[in-house]
Parts: sequence; C-alpha cells; structure tokens
Amino acid sequence: MNQDAFDLRRFVVGNPQSVAVWVALIALMIFGALRYDNFAGAYNIGSFLNYNSMFIVIAVGMCFVIMTGGIDLSVGSVAAFTSVVAAYLSPLGIQVALPLAVLAGVAFGAFNAVCIIALRIPPFIATLATMLGAKGGALVISGASTIAVDWGSNFTNMGMNKAFGLVPWTIIVVAVVVVVFWVVLEKTSLGRTVLAIGGSEDAATLMGLPVNRAKAFVYMLSGGCAGLAGVILASGFGAGQPLEGIGWELSAIASVVVGGTLLTGGLGSVPATVAGALLLGLVFNILNFENGRGTISFSAYWQMVIRGGFLFAVILFQSRVMARSAVKGTSA
Amino acid sequence: MTARDIDTPIRAGSAWKPFLRSNGGIVALVVIVLFNAMFTPNFLQAQTLFVNISQVATIAIVAMGMTLVIATGGIDLSVGAVMALSGALAPLIFLSDWAQGSPTLGLIAAIALPMLAALVCGLFNGIMVSILRVQPIIATLILFISGRGIAQVLTNGNLQTFTHAQFSYLGTGRVLGLPFQGWLALAIAVVLFLVMTRTAFGRYVLAVGGNERAAALSGGPVRRVKVGVYVICAGLSGLAGLIVVAINSASDAARNGQLMELDAIAAAVVGGALLQGGKAPIFGAILGAVIIQLVKYTLLANGVEDEVALIAKAFIILAAVYVQQARKE
Repeated sequence: MNQDAFDLRRFVVGNPQSVAVWVALIALMIFGALRYDNFAGAYNIGSFLNYNSMFIVIAVGMCFVIMTGGIDLSVGSVAAFTSVVAAYLSPLGIQVALPLAVLAGVAFGAFNAVCIIALRIPPFIATLATMLGAKGGALVISGASTIAVDWGSNFTNMGMNKAFGLVPWTIIVVAVVVVVFWVVLEKTSLGRTVLAIGGSEDAATLMGLPVNRAKAFVYMLSGGCAGLAGVILASGFGAGQPLEGIGWELSAIASVVVGGTLLTGGLGSVPATVAGALLLGLVFNILNFENGRGTISFSAYWQMVIRGGFLFAVILFQSRVMARSAVKGTSA
Repeated sequence: MTARDIDTPIRAGSAWKPFLRSNGGIVALVVIVLFNAMFTPNFLQAQTLFVNISQVATIAIVAMGMTLVIATGGIDLSVGAVMALSGALAPLIFLSDWAQGSPTLGLIAAIALPMLAALVCGLFNGIMVSILRVQPIIATLILFISGRGIAQVLTNGNLQTFTHAQFSYLGTGRVLGLPFQGWLALAIAVVLFLVMTRTAFGRYVLAVGGNERAAALSGGPVRRVKVGVYVICAGLSGLAGLIVVAINSASDAARNGQLMELDAIAAAVVGGALLQGGKAPIFGAILGAVIIQLVKYTLLANGVEDEVALIAKAFIILAAVYVQQARKE
C-alpha cells in the first residue's frame, strides 16, 4: 500500500475490514428509525450519544493500545477511580476537576507503562494488576460509597447541559478528543510508530523508531481516556461511583475489534473504532426499545450475556475475514 | 548467557539472588508463616489451620488447571465466571421438585450437570483458542463476562440459600480430621502430576508451550492438547464453584469466584509457572495457592481492610511475574 498518498477512503472508513461496521451501523439506524417512533428524535439521539460518549472515549484509548499489540484491562477501574477524584474536586469547578482527574488517569497509565516497558511484565498481567489496584484505590478513597458532586459549581454543566442549548458539552469534548487522536494516528510520526510497533516490534526497534516512547504514550493515553470517562460519569450522573466500570474494558475491546482493528496490532482506525462503540451502544438502545414495546423482556443481567455474545460474534467474523484475506494473500 | 555464567561466581556477594529466584516461593512461605507466628494472635491453632485449608483448596484446585493452561502458553480469565455458573446450577437442580422426589439421583445430577456445563465452557474456550486461533486473553474474556451473566440470568440475580447435608459435605466434610476439599485438592494434584510426567498428553502440553510450531511439525496433536487443557481447567473451576457453594450453604452468582482468575494466575506464577509456557509445576501451584491464601489471611487477621488487600494483591502479582521474567532472561 502506498502510505505517502492521501487515501481519503482509508482515512475515513478505515481498513477493508472496517467496511462491515459502517454497513451494520447504518443498517441498524435505518431499522430503528423505521420501527420505533421516537428513535430518531432529538431526545433519544442526545441521551444515546451522551451515555455512550464514555465508551467511545475509552475505546479510542484502547484502540491505540491494541494497535501496538498490547491490551489495557484497567480502564474500567481507572474510570471508577477518577470519577471519585472528580467528585471530590467538583467544588473547584470543571476547569480544575477535569484536568486533575484526567491526570490521575494518565498516572495509572504511566504505572502500566513502567511495568510493561521497564519491568517487561506482559501487558495483560500489568493492567490486570492495575485494574485491581485502581479498584481498591477507588474503594479506599471513597470509603466504598458513592460520592455526591457539588451541584453548586459548574461541574455538572458538562454532563447535563448543552452548549448553546443545542449539543451536550460531553459530546463536544469527546468529539474534540476523537478528532485530535484521529489526526495524531494518521498524520504524525508518533501515530505511524504506534502502527509500526504492532506490525513488528523488533522491526520497529531495528529501524530506530522510538518504540518505548510510543508504547508509554499509548498506555498513558488509554489511562487519560479512562480518566476523562470517569469525569463524564461523575458529571453526567452527579456522583463519583467507585463500583462502576465493571466490564467496560470488554465493551472497549469489542468496539475496537468490531471497528476492524486487529487484536495482533499493526492495523487500526479511530473513526471505525468510534463506529464500533456506536454499534455496540445501538444494540442495547434497540433492545431497550424492544423491551419498551414488550416484544422481549430482558432483565439487567442479560446485558453481560449480550455483551459477551456480541464480542463472540465480532471475533468469529474477524477470524473469518482474516482467513479469507490470508488465502487471498497467498494466491496473489 | 555465557558471559553471565562466568560472571556469577565472581560476584559472590549476589549469590542470594539466584537462590531467591529458584526458591522464592518457599522463602516467601517461611517469611509469612514466621510473621504470623509472631504477630497474628491465635495463628498457631488448629482452627486457623482448618479455616485456611478449606479456603486454600478452591484456589489450589483452580490454580492447578490454570497451571496447565499457562504451560501451553495460554491463559484462562473465565475461571471465576465458570465457578459462578456451576455454583448457580447446583442449587437450582437439587432444590427443584424433581430432585426433592428422588434425592439420590438429584444429588448426582446436581454435581454432574454443573460439571458438564463447566466442561462445555472449557470446550468453548479451547475451540476459540486452538481452532479459531483467537488470543487466549480475548477468547476467555467472552466467558469471563457472559458466564457470570448467564449465572445471574439463571438465578435472576437472587441469593440461593439451602440446607443439604450430603451436598454440603463437599465444603464442610472432614476426612481424618482435615477438611474434605483439602484431600480432594491433594488427590487432584497427584493425578495431574502423574498425567504431566507419565503420559503423552503431559509431554505434549509442555511441548506446545515450549515451541508450538515445533510440536505441530513433529506431528503432535497440538489442537487436541490445547482444547484439553482448557477443558480440564474449566472442569476444575466448576468443581471449585461447587465447593464454594457447599462451604457457604448458599449460592451468590454475583460473588462466587469473583477475582478468582487473579488468585489462580498469581498462585500459578508464584508456584513457578512461566507465562510463556513450557513449565507445569503442579505442586508449585498448591504452594502458590497457600501463599496467596496466607497473605489474604494475614491482612484480614491484622485488621487491614479488604480494599487495601486488593492493592496488596496487585503488587504481589506484579512482583511474582517480574521475578519470573528476570529468571527467564
């Protein structure tokens, strides 16, 4: 593939594997709009995007980690931790709480990076330990109970108010983050290094690329994204929630994978990951509508089962695509 | 490597390092026991021993299965969820009207069917890893999350309490004065040790972990062996789930086996398993489980909060894996 020429189709849609997610997303949106009265209404779209913005931002961070061939299982616990941090800092306003809580997330990411790069501990063990540590930390600093935010300050504006009465602030913040890191991945040498590491870490090292710096960057980015998700959680629901975040890593991984990013790294797309997160959210949104119509009746416990089933379907699909493209590769 | 071999005897001052690396587990155990003997009240009493044996058995049983999976270079994150699933099924079966009518058959079904469900979970993991070639972390992540979900759907999220003397024997019975599940864990260890040292299957497990390509090229049944270890691991997890339910006389799908994957991985690694595969120290897994349990007990008995204990456990896992990595290099 010619990397120098600007390929608009690849830039927007993603890898050849990513086409499916866009098709599925659009098909599901059309299905929903035709079947349910309020589906395409401003309220549903707004609350849908608002709720899923947490998962989108975590998925973008996870996307970078997975592109290097790593994994970050700590994102859910880190988000829970930073939601508590943000709630404690909420009297000082969003302009203080947001950066400091994100910084707390970056610190967890830096800890992961040290364990993985300097101590050479496998990513899933290091981040599994951080998952445990952040969860313990969240419970310790919150005394194992939810921490109410200060409603007097401007902290809840982000999660609950709309910019110019139109678009929720959360969505704007997340959109900015998505676009910035989309450009970082596609247009900077750092982004290309991330992809090169996933392709072959040894080759990237031999070429003299700053491998360790790029790896440190992805884990700190993922931690920071989880930190931002924690702020959104606290701001949108009015409380720091130390027990939240269970299974978020799974949603994020599923979103990344459904977006066509290979779990082995070396290939990936930010917009396709966002599409993956939206698709996963849309599945739940439509199930809620079906619940409302009384066609099906799912208890909350089904969420976990469906999430697992969704990941299973995605992996199955990806392994088939991989097998097909492998065959094509050998015949060409 | 050669350079270091020559170096080592000269730097005699650092001779404790290799010793600690190859005997770290035993040293850690001795330190913890000595610490407890000195500082923890009532540590050297029979009651403490019973409590610890009955708790450690479940960790050890799962850790042995995990050791086999790790020996092939894999990992199984779904062990806790499989425990929750089998633990949720058992009371559903022996509390049903049918089982009340025929208690013996009911009891057999209440043990056999949850075990079967666990084995099916293992088969699912094994097929995902060996035939669909999904990375083990991702493949087992599916059941890690949805296995517990299925258990909660089955029980509608309710706590199931029961009194059932025969079933509770799994968790509260005594043989020669010591908890039944302790003996069970020991018996499983002996069987697995023989399997690993005396059978072709055991040899292939190590061969797959050592070098999968080489094992495949030399005609080894790589796929079957990999499916096999996940099935064994899930079966042992299912058994552990039943034991936990029997100990508590209650089944809570939300809590049964929670974070067990971490305990089991930590126990296996502390016991000397290499995450890259190729080593399966079965009795090491038991030693690792004892250490993990004693650390938990030490923290609890000395009034450290559960939440802080989580953080401590995180650092134990990191330290154990770090020492392992250093040993490899």
